[in-house]
Order: sequence, then structure tokens, then C-alpha cells
Amino acid sequence: MQRPVFPLMLALFVLIIFLFLLNLLLGSVTIPLDAVIDILLGKSTHTIIWENIIWKSRVPQALTALFAGAALSISGLQMQTVFRNPLAGPSVLGISSGASLGVAFVVLFSGSIGQLALSQLGYVGEVAVSVAAIVGALSVMALIVYVSQKVRGNVTILIIGVMIGYVANAIIGVLKYFSVEEDIRSYVIWGLGSFSKVSGDQVYLFISLMLLFIPLSFLLIKNMNLMLLGDSYARNLGLNVKQARFLVISSSGILVAIVTAYCGPIMFIGLAVPHLCRAIFQSSNHRILMPASLLMGAVLALFCNLVARMPGFEGALPVNSVTALVGAPVVASVLFSKRKQDLSE
Amino acid sequence: MKKKTIELQQLSIGYKTNHKSKVVAQCIDATINAGELTCLIGANGVGKSTLLRTLSAFQASLDGEIRIQGKPLKSYNDKQLAKVISVVLTEKCDLRNMTVKELVGLGRSPYTGFWGGLSAKDRHEVDAAIKMVQIKHLKYRMVHTLSDGERHKVMIAKALAQSTPIIYLDEPTAFLDFPSKVEMMQLLHRLSREMGKTIFLSTHDLELALQIADKIWLMDQKQGISIGTPEDLSLDGSLSQFFAHKGIFFDKNTGLFRIENEYITAIRMVGHGQKFAMVRKALERNGIFADRKVDAEIMIETGNLNSDKPFVIHVSNNPPIEVCSIDELLTAVTLILKERPFIPFRREHESKSPVHG
Repeated sequence: MQRPVFPLMLALFVLIIFLFLLNLLLGSVTIPLDAVIDILLGKSTHTIIWENIIWKSRVPQALTALFAGAALSISGLQMQTVFRNPLAGPSVLGISSGASLGVAFVVLFSGSIGQLALSQLGYVGEVAVSVAAIVGALSVMALIVYVSQKVRGNVTILIIGVMIGYVANAIIGVLKYFSVEEDIRSYVIWGLGSFSKVSGDQVYLFISLMLLFIPLSFLLIKNMNLMLLGDSYARNLGLNVKQARFLVISSSGILVAIVTAYCGPIMFIGLAVPHLCRAIFQSSNHRILMPASLLMGAVLALFCNLVARMPGFEGALPVNSVTALVGAPVVASVLFSKRKQDLSE
Repeated sequence: MKKKTIELQQLSIGYKTNHKSKVVAQCIDATINAGELTCLIGANGVGKSTLLRTLSAFQASLDGEIRIQGKPLKSYNDKQLAKVISVVLTEKCDLRNMTVKELVGLGRSPYTGFWGGLSAKDRHEVDAAIKMVQIKHLKYRMVHTLSDGERHKVMIAKALAQSTPIIYLDEPTAFLDFPSKVEMMQLLHRLSREMGKTIFLSTHDLELALQIADKIWLMDQKQGISIGTPEDLSLDGSLSQFFAHKGIFFDKNTGLFRIENEYITAIRMVGHGQKFAMVRKALERNGIFADRKVDAEIMIETGNLNSDKPFVIHVSNNPPIEVCSIDELLTAVTLILKERPFIPFRREHESKSPVHG
């Protein structure tokens, strides 16, 4: 009893547009709907402040949330498939930890050695953090890919990934211990994750990177479907398992690295969205799950971003807290109701 | 002349670690024919799986050559091999949210394009495979809701959809109840006959294999591999020899195995037909050898199937005891034996062919 795929996808798509507009509409400054629409359409009939808020703050933030959510979900789906483990996710393999380590080095060292707080460096600081995160994430990923070519079992790779995560966290702990307070604070804030850190100019670089790598990940759909069957069956069906594993881990790792570089380590979305999609679409076919995860990830990220900025919360709540607080009950209830359905079959 | 699909020449199999190699079996010369069901039999750990893995190119051979359809196995690449050999493994795929139809459809992967979409021909092949294995009613069921036997059939349908001339199965009858085992073997036999497939499987179900297989491969640590029809292997003593030391008795008359009993004592028994055979079987299980030729104080009269008379136990000069079921008979006999001085079982009572009274 498979669900009708197309209407569900369409519904998700409509939901994205709705949430995107809501993201533009709601915030600590109230801008009426017709003004938002006018500004979006380029009619400059309103105050420059509103225009700036929309174009420089809310649009980049909404776009970042949309693409980051999509990328993290796809990445999580890829991890879960390649490791055939429902608990696998971007953060499990130590890739996020690698990014954190890179950022920790830059943020915490710049203070204690360079005698300057990174937060005061502005644009240069932002770029330095992004580069450090990407370098950190990709080096951990390279290590894991190298191991995946040497080791047979998936579980071994997963354990090594978790170990790398622990080592990275240990080093971060040592770095923190020797750092000044302001640096630790800025590192902790980075670690909370946010879709608003990407400034107006950088957001287009972020989006172009996503527009390049998300479609590339779709090229691996057939490989991932075969991987579901396990290494032996996949190989018997003509799949070069090692190569496929390399490609899927790389694709997943690059997506996480870029998102983490721009938004900090965003938890939960990458783990939860694939489960939600499997439950909603009643399928494990990646031809359905990949686009579904993309859409659902965008929906969830936009929604969490909205909650984080709800009027009433002055400033913004950390996205990581919201993703977990909002997402966990949703996923738990979906999986729970599905379990009941399974039992009653 | 039968078509040879798989030829092994001086094949050695085993594992290579960094410096040394562990040989599991060596100097295997054999052929497997198209349209035949070949069963690989051997104790746990003797290397059945290693052999299957080597033959399906999951693992390199240590020495010698494997030729598939006349060409060396090494000359095939992954994609070509996927169209020649399909496998059904013991490992249970943890597949959730996948329908039977989708899973069987994945068997078409070697033929599908970049995105893995199924063409009309592919869909036809999938339907044909599902029909062949007779799981049409399961077509839209989720794989994780199926029983082990049904899941095995689905994997076989997947192998059929792969349209390969060769199918390997690693213990396809394991974890199945007895009727399902029989059904599975009959299905495989039918596939080899009707579709001319070369089917090679490992199994622990000796009796079934001996009845259904066209060829048997007996794999043993000491003797190496003996190959032949079940009947040939029975006649030349390979089968008896194979299990000689394991408390299993190979009965050449029936061509089947029996468990050899250690007898404690012997009693005399007279009667005919099925009733006689059943009482005797029950007594044997309890370590009591019963036969007409035995000279003992205890004598049992079973009558034959047509008589409604109960079983009668005579003990020397005491009045005869009548019992209605074998259960009661066993209780009575055990009691009597307890009261008597112990009469050890003497070897000469054992006849050469203990099964037929």
C-alpha cells in the first residue's frame, strides 16, 4: 500500500512556498504582507529600512534555511543508506566534529595567539570560520573515505567515525581550556547553529554551491537503491561497492561540510527527515526518498527557523534547540503511529 | 551431451591474509551442468560458503581455474557477471518499506539505465519471475511483513528477474519448516528443469537433497569433494563413509539416513507390517533392540495393522499384559526391565540390516 507520491510531493512544495513567505513576513519588526509582496516584486514604495530587512536579512536567512535543510536531509539519507543504520546522520560520522575542530582552532587560537577576538574581525572572520569548518570537515571525511576503502564492514567505519568525533571533541576541550572567555563564548554561539550567520553577499555563494552539489548527489540514486540490499547482493547486481561507497560518503560529507561552514553544526534535521520521509511515503526507494528528503528537509528547516524567530523571543533562539524540540516529538509520533500500524497489519 | 556451465580445474579455495593463506579445499576438478540441480553437502565449517563465494567471484581463488560458460571467471567484470550469475544468500536483508515487486525489480538492475527505471520489458520479466515462484499474492506486500520462507521465495524471484543462466543459493532451506523446505527444493528443481537454469545450492537437509538433487557434492575435510548422482554416491559407499563416524547410519536399501542407536538390551517381538515397525522404532529410540530372532524372557506380540487387538507383552511365565497404545507399552516394558536383572545387549543380536523386520 504505497502512498500517492506526486500529490504528497506537491503538498510539500506548496508548504515550502508558504513557509518561505511566512519567514519573510514574521520577525521582530512587523512588516505588513502587502509591503513584503511589493518589496519582493521590486516596487520600491516603502521605507528603505523595510527593504533592507527583507533583502539583507530575511531573504538570505530563509534561503539559507531552505538549502541547508535540504542538503542536511539528503546527506543524512545517504549516510543511513550507506551504513544501513537508522541512527547514522551527518553528526555521527565525525564530520560535524571535524568542522567544529577546524572552527575551534581558528576561533580559539586567534584569541590566545593573535591577541584578537574573531568576532571583531567582521567579514574576514566570517570567511576564516567558513574555511576552517570546510577544511576540518573535509579532512575528517577524507580520513573516513580512506578507511572505508581499507575496511570491510560498515559498522567498523561507523565506529571509527564516532571515535574520530570523540578525539575531535577532546582536542576542542583542550583548546577551550586554554582560551579566553570571549572566544569560548563566540565558539559556543557558533556551535548552537544559526541560519542567520550567512550575510547577504555570502548567501549567493552558499546557494550556488548547494545548487551544484545537491543535483550531483541525485546521480547516486541507483547505487543507493542497490546498497539497500547489502554489499553481497549489491555486488552481485553489478555494483562496484567500494566505488559507490566512496561516492556516497563523499557526496554526503561535502554537503555537511558546506552547511556546517555556513550555519554551524545543525543537529537533528539530517537524522530525522529521512525517517519522516520513509514513514510518510511508505517507501525506501531513493527515487522517491531523495526528492522527498530534499523537500521535507527544507520544510522542517524553514519551520524551525520560523519558531526560532517567533515574535516574543527577542533576538533569536538557537536553531539547534528548536530543531530538536520541534522535530523530536514529531518524528517520535510518526514512528510510533507507524509501529502501531505495522502491528495491526 | 549435457551443457557444462561451470568447470573447475585444480581449484584451491581459502583465505589469503597478509602473509599466509589458509587453504580450505584444494584440487577440485568438477563440472556443473545446465538444467541440473546440484546440492553441496558438508558439515559446518568445511568450506561450503567459501566455495560458493569463490564461485560467485566474491572472493579470489587461491589456485586453479573457474570457467563459466567456457570463459575464465576472472575475465568477467562486475557488470557482465551480474548477467551470468545471480545469488540468494542466507543473510537477511533488513529491508523496510519495500514492496515485493520493488525488490524483485531491483533484480533487473544490471539491465536498467542510469536512474534504474524499469522498462516495459523489465516489468514483464519481473512479473514473469513473480509468477514462476508463485508469489503473485504477495506482489504488493512489504518485504518486512513476510515470513522467512516467503522472503526466500522473493529473493529467488529476484534472482530469476536477473535472468542469469546460473543461480547460486546458500542454504535456501535453512530456517524453514519442513513442508516449506520440500516446497523450496521442488521449486528449485522445477526451475532447473523448465528454464534450463544451472542451480547450485548448499544445504544441510540431506534427505531432501538426496531425493531431489540431480547431483550431490559431498564436501569433507579428509576425503575432499566426492561428486555424483545421489544413487551413485550411495552405491559406491561414499555416503556411508561420509557419515560413518557420526552416529548416523546410511541405509542403502532406502537410500536414506537413520540415527544409529546405542542398544542397552534386547527383547523378542513378533508381528507384522506397520504396527510391528512402529513398535520397533519406538523401542529402538529407548535403547531396546527388538527382533523375532532374539531369545529373551520378554516377548511382545504386536499383531498386524488389520487386527484391532491390543499389544500383548509376555514376561516368562507371568500372565500376559495387554496395552492399547505404544506409549503405555513403553511404560510397561520399562517397568518390567527395571524389575529384572539387567540383561546387557549382546552385539550378535544386531542384524546387518536393522530396518526391515
